[in-house]
Amino acid sequence: MAAVVERDEIDVEPFVVGEEATPEFEAANIAQERRRGFLIALPAYAYLIVFFAIPLLTVIVYSFATRDRFGGADLTSFNLDSYVDLNDELIRTIIVRSAGLAILTTLICLVVSYPFAYYMATRSETVRNIMLVFVMIPFWTNFLVRNYAWYVILGTDGPLSRVAEFLGFGPTRVLFTQAAVVLGLVYGFLPFMILPLYASIERIDGRLLEASRDLYATGLQSFRHVLWPLSLPGVIAGSILVFIPSLGAYVTPQVLGGTGTTMLGSYIVTQFLTARNLPFGAAMSTVLMVFMLAATIIYFRKGGRTL
Amino acid sequence: MAQADVARVDVEEEVTRAVDAVSIRGVTKRFGSGDSEVVAVDDIDLSIADGEFFAMLGPSGCGKTTTLRMIAGLEFPTAGSLKIFGDEVGTLPPNKRPVNTVFQNYALFPHMTVLDNVSFGLRMQGVDKATAATKAGELIDLVQLGGMEKRKPSQLSGGQQQRVALARALVNQPKVLLLDEPLGALDLKLRQEMQLELKSLQRELGVSFVFVTHDQEEALTMSDRIAVMHHGRLLQVGSAEELYERPINRFVADFIGQTNLVEATVADGDMIVLGNGSKVLAPSDYAAGTQVAMSLRPEAISIGPRGSVPAEHRADSLDGVVSSAVYLGHALDYHVSVDWIDLEVRAPAVGSQGRFQPGDEVSIWWDRSSNWVVAD
Repeated sequence: MAAVVERDEIDVEPFVVGEEATPEFEAANIAQERRRGFLIALPAYAYLIVFFAIPLLTVIVYSFATRDRFGGADLTSFNLDSYVDLNDELIRTIIVRSAGLAILTTLICLVVSYPFAYYMATRSETVRNIMLVFVMIPFWTNFLVRNYAWYVILGTDGPLSRVAEFLGFGPTRVLFTQAAVVLGLVYGFLPFMILPLYASIERIDGRLLEASRDLYATGLQSFRHVLWPLSLPGVIAGSILVFIPSLGAYVTPQVLGGTGTTMLGSYIVTQFLTARNLPFGAAMSTVLMVFMLAATIIYFRKGGRTL
Repeated sequence: MAQADVARVDVEEEVTRAVDAVSIRGVTKRFGSGDSEVVAVDDIDLSIADGEFFAMLGPSGCGKTTTLRMIAGLEFPTAGSLKIFGDEVGTLPPNKRPVNTVFQNYALFPHMTVLDNVSFGLRMQGVDKATAATKAGELIDLVQLGGMEKRKPSQLSGGQQQRVALARALVNQPKVLLLDEPLGALDLKLRQEMQLELKSLQRELGVSFVFVTHDQEEALTMSDRIAVMHHGRLLQVGSAEELYERPINRFVADFIGQTNLVEATVADGDMIVLGNGSKVLAPSDYAAGTQVAMSLRPEAISIGPRGSVPAEHRADSLDGVVSSAVYLGHALDYHVSVDWIDLEVRAPAVGSQGRFQPGDEVSIWWDRSSNWVVAD
């Protein structure tokens, strides 16, 4: 009995007590609700402005500046020179190569992840959680360290080469090739493909697949007409999450790639740190970002917001 | 005696029919293994005739849905033979069977329009788009959804989705239509409407409908025959009347409709001894001394003032006190306390002066033909 009385006492009071409800009160309540929401989000806004918006704007501003004689940026003379310079044979080669490797990485990730995600989504809760942990485990080690692990595995005297030699293929060195870069990227970004795929497949009602089989679809048709279209949001989300960082990847091409495998990320870093052409590096970054933004917008339009 | 007769009639029927739509012989389904093994369906035999409206009834977990899924090919039997129109289909995948299913909660493809949903089965069988669309259109009209072809399932009400699911299955002209609790998600009014519609649709098409439900009233209303399942076992198969009037055991008697189970012991001859020591004439096949129960339907019991028992029913009567009286509109529901038991009595509604109040001393009696003995 006492507990019941207590609960009555702490009952939440309505916004307006003892007054007739009118549209004005309703509007006031909504406005108050909004202000409260803004206050809660304030720390996040502050963080994003200081560490994201301001640096981003700096890069964009620098991309229109002129390089001065000492490797800095002259912020008094703005022009489009850096963007014009992007139209260059070498840059085009690097962009095509980066895009090609990123697309290849994305496709391999998709092909490897889809069956895995489907398997995971159709297991019991316990098995699922264990598998999720296994997907996460690589994140416990630093990305750079993991890349150096591959450096050792793929190197001239590494285990891979030894196995190849033992099997009679002769010494094999994968390190410093495009294959090594793609392998490293696939390894690094696989979880970003698996997780959204898993999330979207897991949400699909298994009875839909049964219904399709009941309606004379073969396993393959069932996949094509039911599973695949319904998992498309996950496919698109995963592809963007893999494609974008692959395109701008820096660490992996740097560690596992050779001179012939320079990708956009490495090239931009070179412009900032070695060539000291800040406006040119900034222009390249800006173009890359605009491109990624476009890709993301396409995703939200087509795939809906499912992550 | 009576139970044996029922069984014999069943066997005779099976022999005279040419080919059963569905024939299940010794089918068992186990899930899991070792300690976690569950026997979902335990060695059942079942024949469903062509053109029959057949219901599988039982509480949840009784194995009725598993049985249906085995007919559909969504589960494979662990043991036994399963034939559809004489062809063994035990381990054939669902797309190779001439049956279609209306799923619980419908399982409509959410990314397809109504038309695409309904024409799916035909398209998968290689029918060209135009023909499939024409046939699908006919079925959509049949289930009264004309004009909704371009809508997505999410834009339909529950009842409309139900009709789409029905059209999607029927468009393939299945030899047997399987329905898994198809009306469970609908509200009462719509459910009753759909019950009649399903029944008339089935008559019109002449196709066997195999219908799974946990709602005994639904099963009684719609079906030609009903199979009652419990704990994976098939307890009894029969028409609504057979199940209601001649239940094979305590579970069926209790599950189909409402009943009073009066504990008793079989005496010699055709007599049983009730808990209070009175002997009642109730023929059964059980040996003397067997613990049984007499199943007395509430509406089979008459009620009147103490001492008003007609002479011919004197042997089948008890004296008691009304412990509760509930007005149901079309009937009055009494609970009558007899010295060792509480009995439910359903009397036709009469004017207020003929009703009894809690505390009234009454007599109850019933016709001897209502004495029906069941064991565990």
